[in-house]
Amino acid sequence: MSELETVQKPSNPAVWNNPKYRALFFQALLIAGLVYFFYSVVDNTLSNMESRGISTGFGFLTEKAGFGILQSLVQFNEDSSYGRTFIVGLVNTGLVAVLGIFMATLLGFGMGVARLSNNWLVAKLATVYIEIFRNIPLLLQIFFWYFAVLAGLPSARNSMSLGLGIEFNVRGLYLPGPVAEPGFLITVVAFIIGFIALLFMRQWARKRQDETGQQFPVGWSSLILLIGFPLVVFWASGMPMSIEYPVLKGFNFAGGIAVVPELLALVLALTIYTGAFIAETVRAGILAVDHGQTEASLALGLKRGQLMKLVIIPQAMRVIIPPLTSQYLNLTKNSSLATAIGYPDLVNVFMGTTLNQTGQAIEITAMTMAVYLTASLLISSVMNWYNKKMAIVER
Amino acid sequence: MKKITSTLLISSVLALAATSVSAGTLETVKSKGHVQCGVSTGLAGFSNADASGNWQGLDVDVCRAVAAAVLGDATKVKFTPLTAKERFTALQSGEIDILSRNTTWTLTRDGSLGLNFAGVNYYDGQGFMVSKAIGVKSALELDGAAVCLQSGTTTELNLADYFSANGMTYKSINYDTSDATIKGFEAGRCDMLTSDQSQLYSLRIKLENPSSAIVLPEVISKEPLGPVVRQGDDEWFNIVRWSLNAMINAEELGLTSANIDSMKTKSPAIERFVGGQGGKLGIDDAWSYNIIKQVGNYGESFEANVGLDTPLAIARGLNDLWSRGGIMYAPPIR
Repeated sequence: MSELETVQKPSNPAVWNNPKYRALFFQALLIAGLVYFFYSVVDNTLSNMESRGISTGFGFLTEKAGFGILQSLVQFNEDSSYGRTFIVGLVNTGLVAVLGIFMATLLGFGMGVARLSNNWLVAKLATVYIEIFRNIPLLLQIFFWYFAVLAGLPSARNSMSLGLGIEFNVRGLYLPGPVAEPGFLITVVAFIIGFIALLFMRQWARKRQDETGQQFPVGWSSLILLIGFPLVVFWASGMPMSIEYPVLKGFNFAGGIAVVPELLALVLALTIYTGAFIAETVRAGILAVDHGQTEASLALGLKRGQLMKLVIIPQAMRVIIPPLTSQYLNLTKNSSLATAIGYPDLVNVFMGTTLNQTGQAIEITAMTMAVYLTASLLISSVMNWYNKKMAIVER
Repeated sequence: MKKITSTLLISSVLALAATSVSAGTLETVKSKGHVQCGVSTGLAGFSNADASGNWQGLDVDVCRAVAAAVLGDATKVKFTPLTAKERFTALQSGEIDILSRNTTWTLTRDGSLGLNFAGVNYYDGQGFMVSKAIGVKSALELDGAAVCLQSGTTTELNLADYFSANGMTYKSINYDTSDATIKGFEAGRCDMLTSDQSQLYSLRIKLENPSSAIVLPEVISKEPLGPVVRQGDDEWFNIVRWSLNAMINAEELGLTSANIDSMKTKSPAIERFVGGQGGKLGIDDAWSYNIIKQVGNYGESFEANVGLDTPLAIARGLNDLWSRGGIMYAPPIR
C-alpha cells in the first residue's frame, strides 16, 4: 500500500504542466487578447476618422453653443458653452427621473394596495388602470398626453384660472412663486434645526420603547418639529416672503413658476406607465406574505394599521425591492423618449442639437451612454443598500 | 489560442471594412448598380415619396441626375430617408453615396465633418410662420414669443442670433421631426414656427387650414442648400458637382428633356454639352445627354416639384438663372 501511495503522489510537475500556472497563463493571454482587441478598435476608428478629415477630441466642450434651451435649472444662455448644454440636459433628465420615480412610487403603491382591496369597485378600477396602461407602448402614451391633451387646452390669452393664482393653458402650468425676502434665512435655519431634532427624537423614542415598552406619539411630534416650529419662527420673524403671481405679458405668462407642458406630459406618461408595473410588484409582494402572519398579528391584538406597518409591509418589501429597482431603472432610461416631444433632456439637447452643431458623434454618444450607465448604477447601488437593510437578518 | 485567432480575425475584418469604404465611390456604385441617396423623411417638393412609394422632388432629381450620368439610367437610385440628426453620420459611415436633403452649406460642416458640398441646388433663407390670429406683421413684434423648430439644424443658431441682435427673447421648443413641429404649432404650443422658407411653405400645406397661417416677409439668414459627398473622393465629388452643373447649364442653353434630340447640333455650345466629355470625369460621354433626357434641366425640375403650378407655389426668385435676375450660375462645360 505504502508503495502504491508513493507512486500515485504526483511528482513535482514542470511549470507548463502545473495547473496553477497554466490557468494564470491562459487568463493573462485572454486579457492581453481583449486589450489588443479594444485597442485595435479604438485605433482603427481614430485613424479612419483622421483619414476622412473628421475632427476628434473633447475640445468642442468649451466652444460657444449659440442656441437657446427651453428649460434650464442652471444658468444658461446663448453665450454658454457646449459643455454647459451637457449640464443643462443632465439636470433636466435628473428632474424628470426624480419626479417620475417619486410619483410612480406613490401611484404604484396606492394602486397595488387598491387592487387587493375588499371593496369590489376600488379593486376593479385599479385592475382596469393597470391592465390598460401597462399594455400600451410608452411612446404612444407620451404622444397622447402631449398632443391630444395639449390641443384641448386654451391659448395663453384665454388661460384657464384654477384659483389661488394658478393658470393653466397650452403654454404650460403657471404657479405663484414664493420670493424670499431678507430675513427668510432664519426660517430655513429653523427648518434644519427641526429636522435634526426630529432625528434625535426618533432615536430617543425607539430606545425608550425598547427599555420601558412605553410608546411615544412619534408621528405628531415629527409634524410639530418639521412644520410647526419653522412656521412659528417664520411668523415671529415677520413673514419675510412675498408671493409672485404669473401675469399675461405679451404672448405668454411671466413671473411665478412655469412648468412647461413637455415636462408635464412626460412626467405624467412616465408616472402612469411605470406606476402600473410598480402596482403589480407591490401586489405580488403583499400576496407573498403568508396569511398566517395576519392572523397571528390580529390574535396578538395589533390594530389594522399596525398590522400593515409592522408586520406585512416589512416582509413584503423584501420581495418588492428587487423588481422595484428595475422599474426605477426603466423609468430613468425611458425618460430619454423626451426628445420625441421636445422636452430638453440630455438626449434632446446634447445628443440632438449639440451633436448636430459640432458633428462629434462618437464623443457625444459615449458621454451620453456613460451618463445613463452611471445613473443606473447609482440607483441600483442605492436600492441594493436599501435591500440589504430590509433583508432578513439571520441571528 | 482561440482568442488570439478570433482577435486577429476580427481586426482583419475591421481593416477590410475600412479599406472597402475608402475605395472609390464611383467603382462601388458601378459594381452595386445603383446610387444610394440620402433624402429627407418627407418634405413636399424636395424629397417626398408618393402614394406608390416613388420618391420625387428637387433634391431627389439631383440623385437621379447622378444615376443617369454614372449608370445611364435615372431610375437606378435607392433612397434612405434620414432625419436631420442622422444625415451626416449616414454619409460619413458610407451608408449612402450622396446626401441630397435640403442641407445648408456652412463652414463648420464643410471643414470639420469630413464632408464636401458639391454645389447649391436651392438658395434658401430662414423665415417665420405665424398664426394669423395673433395679428403680427413683422418678426420684430415677436419679443417673448415661443418658437417651434426642428432640432439638429442651422435654424436654432440663426434664431438665437436674430433675437439677440434685436434685443428680443424667445423660448424654443425643439422637436425631432418636422411632423411633430407642425403638430406643436397647430396645437398652439408656440406663437411661430421657424425654418427655411421653402420648408415653411411645404409645412403650411400640412395644416388643417393652411390659410390660418402666414409666412412673415423677413428672411434672417442665408441657407444655400446642396448635395453633399464624403471628403477625399475627388472623382465622385466632380461627378456630383458636374451633374448638377449640367442641369443648370442645360436650362441656360435652352435644352429640355423634350427638345434635346432635335437641338443636338444647333450651336457649338450645345454640341459641346451633348458631347459631354465624360472621359475627363471618368464616366461615359453620354452622361450629360442622359441627365437632360431622363431627368430634365434645372428649370424643368424646379417647376415640376416646387414651382408656381405645384401646391408649394414658390417663385423662382433667387433660384432663377443669373441671366434672368437670379443667382443660379454654373461654370461652363468646355
